Amino acid sequence: MAQVTLSQISKVYPNGAKAVKPASFDIPDGEFVVLVGPSGCGKSSMLRMIAGLEDISTGDLHIGERRVNDLDPADRDIAMVFQNYALYPHMTVRKNIGYGLQNRKIAKAEINRKVAEASALLNLDDYLDRKPSQLSGGQRQRVAMGRAIVRDPELFLFDEPLSNLDAKLRNQMRIEIKALQRRLGVTAVYVTHDQVEAMTMADRIIVMNAGNIEQIGTPFEVYNRPATTFVASFMGAPPMNLMEGTITDGQVRIGDLVVAQNLDHPAGPVTVGIRPEDIIPDAAGQMKIEVSLVEELGAHRLLHGTLGGHPLSVYVSKDNEVRPGVLHVSLKQNAVSLFGKDTGARLS
Amino acid sequence: MKRAVFANRWLPILLLVPQVVIIGIFFYWPAIHALRSSFFLQDPFGFGETFVGIENYTSLFHLPAYGRAAMFTVSFTLLVTILSLSIALLFAVKADKVLRGAKTYRTLLMWVYAVAPPVAGVIGIILFNQSWGPLTDLFKFFGWDFALGVNYYDTAFAMVLIAVWKQIPVNFIFFLSGLQSIPKSVREAAMIDNRSASGRFWDVTFPLLAPTGFFLLITNITYSLFDTFGIIDTVVKGEPGNNPMTLVYKIYVDGFRGNDLGGSSAQSVILMVLVLAMTVVQFRLVERRIHYT
Amino acid sequence: MTTNTSPRRRLKLSVVLDHSVLIIGAAFMIVPVLMLLQMTTVADLINMKTGPSLMIGDQLDDNFMKAMFKADGFAGDNTGLRMLINSLILGLGFAAGKIVLGMMAAYAIVYFRMRFATLAFWIIFTTLLLPLEVRILPSYEIVQKLGMLNTFHGLIVPLIASATATFFFRQFFRSIPEELVEAARIDGAGPVKFFIDILVPLSQTMIAAMFIIMFVYGWNQYLWPTMITTDEDMFTLVRGIKQIAQSQEGTTLPEYGRSNMLALIAILPPVLVVVFFQSWFVKGLTESDK
Repeated sequence: MAQVTLSQISKVYPNGAKAVKPASFDIPDGEFVVLVGPSGCGKSSMLRMIAGLEDISTGDLHIGERRVNDLDPADRDIAMVFQNYALYPHMTVRKNIGYGLQNRKIAKAEINRKVAEASALLNLDDYLDRKPSQLSGGQRQRVAMGRAIVRDPELFLFDEPLSNLDAKLRNQMRIEIKALQRRLGVTAVYVTHDQVEAMTMADRIIVMNAGNIEQIGTPFEVYNRPATTFVASFMGAPPMNLMEGTITDGQVRIGDLVVAQNLDHPAGPVTVGIRPEDIIPDAAGQMKIEVSLVEELGAHRLLHGTLGGHPLSVYVSKDNEVRPGVLHVSLKQNAVSLFGKDTGARLS
Repeated sequence: MKRAVFANRWLPILLLVPQVVIIGIFFYWPAIHALRSSFFLQDPFGFGETFVGIENYTSLFHLPAYGRAAMFTVSFTLLVTILSLSIALLFAVKADKVLRGAKTYRTLLMWVYAVAPPVAGVIGIILFNQSWGPLTDLFKFFGWDFALGVNYYDTAFAMVLIAVWKQIPVNFIFFLSGLQSIPKSVREAAMIDNRSASGRFWDVTFPLLAPTGFFLLITNITYSLFDTFGIIDTVVKGEPGNNPMTLVYKIYVDGFRGNDLGGSSAQSVILMVLVLAMTVVQFRLVERRIHYT
Repeated sequence: MTTNTSPRRRLKLSVVLDHSVLIIGAAFMIVPVLMLLQMTTVADLINMKTGPSLMIGDQLDDNFMKAMFKADGFAGDNTGLRMLINSLILGLGFAAGKIVLGMMAAYAIVYFRMRFATLAFWIIFTTLLLPLEVRILPSYEIVQKLGMLNTFHGLIVPLIASATATFFFRQFFRSIPEELVEAARIDGAGPVKFFIDILVPLSQTMIAAMFIIMFVYGWNQYLWPTMITTDEDMFTLVRGIKQIAQSQEGTTLPEYGRSNMLALIAILPPVLVVVFFQSWFVKGLTESDK
C-alpha cells in the first residue's frame, strides 16, 4: 500500500498526438481515485502509463518511495482489472488467479493458500475448476478481481471494468468493488466514462478532457462546484443547464430576468449554470418556463422546455403534477454557478 | 495495429530468420533466376549461355503452339471456374436448406477436396477408357464416339469434367459457410418482404454471397491455372503430342523435357506477371472484406 | 384450414426436389471412387475385358497385398508401403514445418516492435503472390545445385517457402484481444513465457485446422515430387501412381486391381483426416481468407 505521486506526467505519441498534457497530482495511501471523462480524453493513457503498459513521455511517477518510470509492469507491484477481464480462456479459474504468482516463483502451497483466500472472499469456491467461458459476466468480473487481489499489490488499477455488464449487475459490482477496496485498504485508480460510477465510487474524482485535467475534487465538490463548463455539463444526468447571461451592476440576468444579485463581479457576458433539480415549481415564482415535454421517471419527472428562448431541463419530484405549458418556478439558494464566457472557468 | 508489444530486440529477429532464409533461397533466388534466364539462350548441352534480350519473349508470340496453349488455358479456366462455381452454389444452397441429413450431405459433397489431382486424373482415364469406359459407353449410346487422347476436343472435355469434379468441394465449403454466416434476422426480414423463394435468393442471398464469390473466382482461376497440372499430366499420359495443354504444363514440358530453359523462363515470367496482377486484385477484395464485415 | 394444406404440400415437393439435387450431387462425387473400389475386388482379366461393373469379386485382399508389397521398380523399392511411408513423411513434415515456421514468424511480426518490420512483412508476404509452379524450373536447378535431389529435405523445404501459414497465424494473432498480452505482462510473463503459456494453447484449434489443410496439401503434391525424386525409393503415392497406372497401358494383362488399390490408398489418409476433423478443417479453410 502506498501513495502514488505523478509529477508533470505527459504522453505524446510518435505521430505527435498529445494524449495527456503534463499533469501532476498525488494519490494518498488507501484512496479510491476515479479518472472520468469522455472517450479519447486521455484517461486510459494515464492509467496505462501508471501500469507501465505505455511509456511515460515526460515526468516522474512514484509508487511509494520508488520511481517506477522504467520498471516493467510486472515489477511495479500493481494489479490491473481490464474492461473485457482479459482472463486466459484456456486456463481454469484457479490457474487464472494463480498465474501471476506462479511466474513470481512462489511456492505451490503458498499459491494454493492465496487462491483459496481470494476465492473465499469473492464467493468463487464453486467455480475454481471451471474455464472462463463457463462463467457469467459477474463471475468473470470476480475472477479478474481475484487475480488482482492475490498479488497483494500496492496499487489497484481498473480500466472500465464494469462496462461489459448489464445495468443491474453493474450496480451490484460497483458496491462489491468499492467494499473490497475499503476492506483491503489498497490505493486504487479507476477509469470510467460513466459519471454515475465516478460519483458513487470515488473518494476523489479527476475529470479529464482532451488531455487536460479539468478538476480534481470529492464527488460533492465536483458536482456542486464544477470548475469548468465542461465539468458542469459532463457530471450529472441530466447535465447542468448552461445559458448565456450578462452581469450588470452586480446582477446576473438571462435576458430580462434577474437570476442572482449582489455579486461583486465586473460587468460583462457570462455563462450561467443551474442544476435541473435546483429549479422548483413555485406559483409565486417570477421565472416562467415554457414546458414542451414531460418525461415520467417514476420517482421524478424531467421537464424539457425553454426559459427566455434558452433550452433547459427541470427535475421535479413525483409530487409535482406538471403538464406542458407555462410553469412558474423559482431557484433554490445558491443555485447559480457562473463561468467566464470565453474561458469556461468558474468565477468563484 | 496492436499497441501492446514486447520491446525485446533479438528475439523477433531470431524468430524470423528461419522463414526468411528459406524464402530467400527457395523463393527469391529461383524467381530472380527465372527472370534472368528469360533473357538468355541456354546451350542445350550445358555449355554456357548467350544474352538474347527479349528474344525469348518475342519468339513465344510467333509460336503457334504457345498461342494454342494460351487459348486453351483461357477457355479451360473459364469453363472450369464457371461450371464448378455454379454447381457448387446449387449444392450449397440446397444443403443449407434441408433439415434432415444436412451433415451427411455436407460430408459427401466435400470429401473429394482431399483427393489428389493426379488420382482424379487416373479415375478419369478409367471412366473414359476407349473399350469399356462407363462414360465412353454412355456417350456412344448418344452417338458420340468419344476418343480420349486422340480427339483434341474430347480430351479437353475430359480435362474440364475432371477438373470441375475436383474443384466443386472447395467452392461448396466456402459457399455453405458463406450462407450460414448470413444472419438469421436478415433471412427472416426477407421472408416477410418477399414470398417467392427464388426472389429472395436473387435479391438477398446472392448479393450477400458476392464477397465469397469474388474470392472464389480468383481462387478458381488460380486453381485452373496451376493445380490442374496433375490432372492434365495423367490424362495426356505424359505424352503432350497434339493434346490440349495449359500454360503451366507447357512451361514444364518445354523446360524440363525440351531443355529450352530460356523460353520456359520467359513463359514463367509472363505467368508470374499474370498471377501477380490477379493477386493484387484479390488482396484489394480481401482488404475490403475486412473493412466491411 | 384449406389455405394451410396447400403451402404445406408445396413445401413437401420442394423438399423432395432439394434432396434429389443433393443425392445426385453426392452420387456424382462418390460413384467414381466406388468404381475404383469395385475394380479392386475382381480379377484383372475381367477388368480388362469388361471394365467396371456391378460385380463384387473376392480379389480385394489379394490386390491389397500386391499393392502394398509388390515392387516393380528397376532399381529401387516402390512398394505401396514404401510410398505410403514417403507420403506420410512429406505430409507430416510439410505440415509441421509450415506451422512451426509460420507461428514463429507471425509471432515476431504481430507482437514485437521492430526496425524493418514493414520490410520483413513484405519480404514474407510477397511469397503469397507466386505459386511454386511458375518458378518450378529454377527451383529445381537450385535444389540440384545444393545436392538435395532425392532427399526428404529437398522435397519438403522448398515447398515450405511460402507464407500461407504465416499469414493465417498473423490474422489469428491479431484477433486475440490485446488485453490478454497486457494482463500477461502484469502477471510477469515475458515473450517466451507468453508464447508457450498462452499463445500456443489459445491457438490449438487453429493449429489443428492448419495442420489438416497443410497435411492434405503436402500429401497431394505432385509436380514437385515428380521433379525432385527420381529414385523409386523416394516416390510418394501421388507421385508414383501415374507411373504405375501408365505402365499398365499396352501390357498384356494390365493390373487394374493393384493400381486402383494404390489409388485408393493414396486417397484414403487425407480423406479420413478431412472427414473426421471436418469442423476444424472447414473453420481453418474458410477463415484463412479473411
